[in-house]
Amino acid sequence: MELTKEEESALKGEQGEIMEMAYRILVATGEATDADKLIPIKWAHLSGVNYNTIGDAGEEFLGSISKDARVKVKTSLNPMGFDIDNVTNYNLDDNFISKQLSIKQSYENMGVIPSFSCIPYEIFDIPQEGTQVSFAESNAAIHANSFDNLKTNKESAFSALASALTGKSPYSSLRKEESSKLTIRMKVENPSELTYGMLGFFAGKVGNESVNISGIGQMDRRSCKSLCGGMGTSGTCAKFNFNEKDSESEVIDFDEKEMNEVYDQLNTAEKGDLITLGSPQLGLEEISDLTTKLKGRSFKKRCMIFCPRAVKEQATKLGHTGKLEKAGCEILSDCCTCLTPLIKKDEVDAVTTNSIKGAYYLKNSNGVDVNLKSLSQIIEDETK
Amino acid sequence: MRKILVKGKTQGKILKSENPINFLGSVDKKTSVISDAHHDLFKKSLKDSILVFPSGVGSSVGAYTIYSIKSNNSAPLAMVCQKVDLTVATGCALANIPLITVSDKEFSSLKTGMEVLLDTESNNPITFLE
Repeated sequence: MELTKEEESALKGEQGEIMEMAYRILVATGEATDADKLIPIKWAHLSGVNYNTIGDAGEEFLGSISKDARVKVKTSLNPMGFDIDNVTNYNLDDNFISKQLSIKQSYENMGVIPSFSCIPYEIFDIPQEGTQVSFAESNAAIHANSFDNLKTNKESAFSALASALTGKSPYSSLRKEESSKLTIRMKVENPSELTYGMLGFFAGKVGNESVNISGIGQMDRRSCKSLCGGMGTSGTCAKFNFNEKDSESEVIDFDEKEMNEVYDQLNTAEKGDLITLGSPQLGLEEISDLTTKLKGRSFKKRCMIFCPRAVKEQATKLGHTGKLEKAGCEILSDCCTCLTPLIKKDEVDAVTTNSIKGAYYLKNSNGVDVNLKSLSQIIEDETK
Repeated sequence: MRKILVKGKTQGKILKSENPINFLGSVDKKTSVISDAHHDLFKKSLKDSILVFPSGVGSSVGAYTIYSIKSNNSAPLAMVCQKVDLTVATGCALANIPLITVSDKEFSSLKTGMEVLLDTESNNPITFLE
């Protein structure tokens, strides 16, 4: 990789230990992904926040570097493990809470915006077309590349942190204009957001860096997010190209058969003890739409709704939060279904959700079974 | 293929693993002892070795484990892999542990107990001593 004089000097330690480490991470990542140089980025989004995932080693590392490290560009943050406003309802041990708060503090000390959200594309203004960013959260990276006209690698927690500290990122292939050699033809009719999630999961498995998708009409925001969440869960692929007719590319169909294979892999229960909505977290539009869809009906069992704090505040002002709580919903900000410590297998056997990403992590990390249903089906079956 | 991922120079004895290493799941973050009974380095410490192994596997959070063993003075002096993976690359970058990848042929020539000089600035990063 070619470095500028200034980058070389940082790598040698002439700009302090933190810069030396950050450039070591960028160079190691760049060499690993065959990048030939570093380029400036405008916005970093960090993962590695939830104590459930980064553990003591992560907590100690962040505590140590945050004494001196400061971010150089706008930097937003993924969800953590709980919502401090209602954490006492969830039987979480004190050690978890204090370690999580220490992680929160470390990021704040570094100048990171405490957004605790996996949908930065929905709660921040989107920069102009073609802007280079560094998003570590997989669904956010895919959404940025596919729907927001931004450019990002599918960053690791570490490369995104190094990008935040330096304002730079390796110039890897996803940042360049390269068409994909693989086209997935969507053949399933009348798709719901669950179908799109399964399509994304399938695409992530068969695709490499990016895939073309054909046969898709207008998608609502819920479906777009579901598509990105699904893809980020199953592989390393980080971009959809729509409406591309590249006659040279290999074509694979996504039909009922392929869909049912994904469904059978992730749907492991006939019914759930509780419902979760949000992985990725719900935005204001989805919360408002849910309130409308409920039409005054209530959930027959617990329903956990995960959203960013900024969204919950807006939803409260608009009166949605009150209505949803009356309908039996628990609304949690700052955290997400994905890798939540709040759903434990000794308390819950199975969870109903419309999220492919949520389903995968509930099964593989929390060890609970999953009942997959679209949101409209959940409202039909689970409310009265 | 040869790649220099994290630069550095050091000298020590090779500890070779034929199995990939899952840093998050099977390396003690204080002692660097391998805790996986099915691993060929079971009960061995990675401390002060030139660690040679095919590649890292498992969660990217394993990078923090590499940082931890370095902070606890039980890290390898350097790592040599057959295949690059981002967990080991970022972990070695965090901890400032020299890391290179080598060709399959060179990988087979490296054996536990050999004393080597590793210098990423040299044309031939690994020199056999003795």
